[in-house]
Amino acid sequence: MPSPHAPVTAPATNYLNATHGLASWLLTKDHKRIAILYLISITLFFGLGGLFAGIVRLELLTPQSDLLEPDTYNKMFTLHGVVMVFFFLIPSIPAVLGNWLMPVMIGAKDLAFPRINLISWYLYVIGGVLTLAAILGGGVDTGWTFYPPYSTVSPSHVILAGLGVFVAGFSSILTGLNFIVSVHRMRAPGLTWFRLPLFVWAHYATSLIMILGTPVIAITILLLALERGLGLGIFDPTRGGDPVLFQHLFWFYSHPAVYIMILPAMGVMSELVAAFSRKNVFGYSFVAFSSLGIAVLGFVVWGHHLFVSSQSAYMGLIFSILSMLVAIPSAVKVFNWTATLYKGSISWDAPMLYAIGFIGLFTIGGLTGLFLATMGLDIHVHDTYFVVAHFHYIMVGGAIFGYLGGLHYWWPKMTGKLYSEAWARVSAIVIFVGFNLTFFPQFIVGYLGMPRRYAMYPDEFQVLNVMSTAGATVLGVGYTLPLAYFIYSLVKGPAASANPWGAKGLEWTIPSPPPTENFLVTPIVTEPAYNYNPGREVEVA
Amino acid sequence: MGRTLPLFPEAASTFAGNVDALYFFLVAVTAFFSVLIAGLVIFFAVKFRRRSPDEVGAPITGSLALELLWTIIPLILTMVMFVWGAWVFLDLARPPRGSMEIFVVGKQWMWKVQHPDGQREINELHVPVGRNVRLTIGSEDVIHSYYIPAFRQKIDAVPGKLTTMWFNASKAGEYHLFCAEYCGTKHSGMIGRIVAMEPDDFEQWLAGGAGSTPVAGGEQLFTDLACVTCHQSDTGGRGPVLNGIAGKAVLLADGSTVVADDNYLRESIMNPQAKIVAGYQPLMPTFQGLVNEEGLLQLIAYIKSLPSGGSGY
Repeated sequence: MPSPHAPVTAPATNYLNATHGLASWLLTKDHKRIAILYLISITLFFGLGGLFAGIVRLELLTPQSDLLEPDTYNKMFTLHGVVMVFFFLIPSIPAVLGNWLMPVMIGAKDLAFPRINLISWYLYVIGGVLTLAAILGGGVDTGWTFYPPYSTVSPSHVILAGLGVFVAGFSSILTGLNFIVSVHRMRAPGLTWFRLPLFVWAHYATSLIMILGTPVIAITILLLALERGLGLGIFDPTRGGDPVLFQHLFWFYSHPAVYIMILPAMGVMSELVAAFSRKNVFGYSFVAFSSLGIAVLGFVVWGHHLFVSSQSAYMGLIFSILSMLVAIPSAVKVFNWTATLYKGSISWDAPMLYAIGFIGLFTIGGLTGLFLATMGLDIHVHDTYFVVAHFHYIMVGGAIFGYLGGLHYWWPKMTGKLYSEAWARVSAIVIFVGFNLTFFPQFIVGYLGMPRRYAMYPDEFQVLNVMSTAGATVLGVGYTLPLAYFIYSLVKGPAASANPWGAKGLEWTIPSPPPTENFLVTPIVTEPAYNYNPGREVEVA
Repeated sequence: MGRTLPLFPEAASTFAGNVDALYFFLVAVTAFFSVLIAGLVIFFAVKFRRRSPDEVGAPITGSLALELLWTIIPLILTMVMFVWGAWVFLDLARPPRGSMEIFVVGKQWMWKVQHPDGQREINELHVPVGRNVRLTIGSEDVIHSYYIPAFRQKIDAVPGKLTTMWFNASKAGEYHLFCAEYCGTKHSGMIGRIVAMEPDDFEQWLAGGAGSTPVAGGEQLFTDLACVTCHQSDTGGRGPVLNGIAGKAVLLADGSTVVADDNYLRESIMNPQAKIVAGYQPLMPTFQGLVNEEGLLQLIAYIKSLPSGGSGY
């Protein structure tokens, strides 16, 4: 039963009102306040990235390039990618939900290095401001992939935007470092590795990628800046460089970065599925180790981005088979979540709607990834809208559904307020419908051969593009709903109890919102995670 | 507004059918598992919906048999995809011997083509139906990608090297040509058409207005750039004789050997110091900036056309 070590009635003082004033927030070392700082900043960048996406979709309503100058269009999709990938998706779940929950879930008062945690937010902001400066100064038009030699000669603000990504990368590294050390050193008494919530396992695996992969993108951007700024020949063949080398280095980070986005969402999924079926996650240790499996295998599949790049055919074969293997742990997770529902006590609350949406969309996103790992098929669909559809099913259908599901699940805990359940269900459905209408047609137009990053396209692709733009409009409306009712809940929402969902987990044993120190008495853990049936010994490992 | 809603692209090459068969296999696997998972999730979520506020789920922790089942079945399916995909890929990636060779150069934002008989085209490519056609592709500036959806074929045009693609058009008609790798301002304007013609029509098209052939152009450049002063048998051996070198193994000064393929020949012109042939001094200057990508392709065509001097092939 719930650990009886902490009071569950809301005390007058909590982490939100313990101190007052802007300085108390901007200089806070409380992981929960830092999470809120991240929440606000990434929401701003999400709005910006969404705006760019909206402009791109508007241009694509007609086959001609008629709304924007071609260069402006190119900047719009570049900025959409740069902002969404580096300033929303990568920090989203780890920096907001992870920052808020990791110490609580391991029964600690904070992360191992609270000051470093605050520094990581400032680095994120500095990186964001540099990239914003690049945007305001005229933008960047290389695509978020920064491929040279175009990025070497592009007349846009490549170095400034790259510098923003470079700095923000250190924020990611420091967050990963903090999580790893905290999980190793700060678990509460009795909280063994196999009693950890799967959210913690997923974030541990994510952190490994963050600290091992991010330095490589930092070096790559630095090399690009040296080539652009000082004329060194690294990637540009006219100076003796090799442009394909950049692609290897870039994807060595950026493919694992996809797992930085999706693994935390998978962690959220395990929590949601367990909480809303009131049941332990089926095959706990398989789900836990599949996170590590994805993190490790994710590092050796980058070459599948280079099947048509002139990479050796035999190297391609190796990357193809490894890419097939990385699909297995993802499949294992999906099957285990599905099996968890069997004989559960399933409620249809809003977070669960996001979880169910996630399972469906991630399944499609994952399976269409196999099309791209299959070499003979990738030749045709490479760099087409099929790829765009695939990775949006992973990044929006997967990562954003996980993020929104998690935000709805933990919102009462984080803020002490309840939002409108009815509106939350409506928004989950609107987002699901809008998402599919936007991105499903892109699979079809991709197989028809429409290349990505096209401002103009042949007439016969128009109907599918109009569908996509209509869907994006619905999706845009869907995203504004949570913004509205979340803000409303802060002002007028009823107070949340300590455990409004009747869920298991250390975070539900403390008040909503909790005090600054999380636990007034260090909890002692005597049971596995998700122990909804304490009468039965739960088999682990 | 275009009123048509096409769902499937035209298939106009000999291997388009193989790619499509693979596609349908993956679509079937995807549809099966998506429907299975969605069906189970919805079925469970309805059947096991919460009936009282304090209800909890059944204490089921896992099943090794099920874990093995849903590890091994996806593993088998993905290995089928890998092998089938590799088989189709190796067919797409390796041009058969004796293919008709056409040179393509991508530059911002056009595709320039030169046929073996000398015809030049921009943003168009005329090819005969039923013949193996091999494209040797270079880039003058940034990375482009030569993409013919109806043929299910694509390869990047990478500056600093040559890439190849091949196809055998199976149906006369006009098809889209796209640049698939983002290349700057007018990326989406770097398009054109592939015209696949019946062999007789193609012969007729060829007969109309040929310029000088790539071999002749290369020979001219060979003279203009003074390559002849070193690369000839009677000049005291300052440079290796090039007769019959193409496609042969070359012994280098460091003891290794390299096959003199298109990319080796290209590198030896642009960056002569990279690989020094055994028995020669590193005297050759770079021709970077002196010859453009089209000229390079012509020089290579000329070198490949040189008689092999009786060694036989």
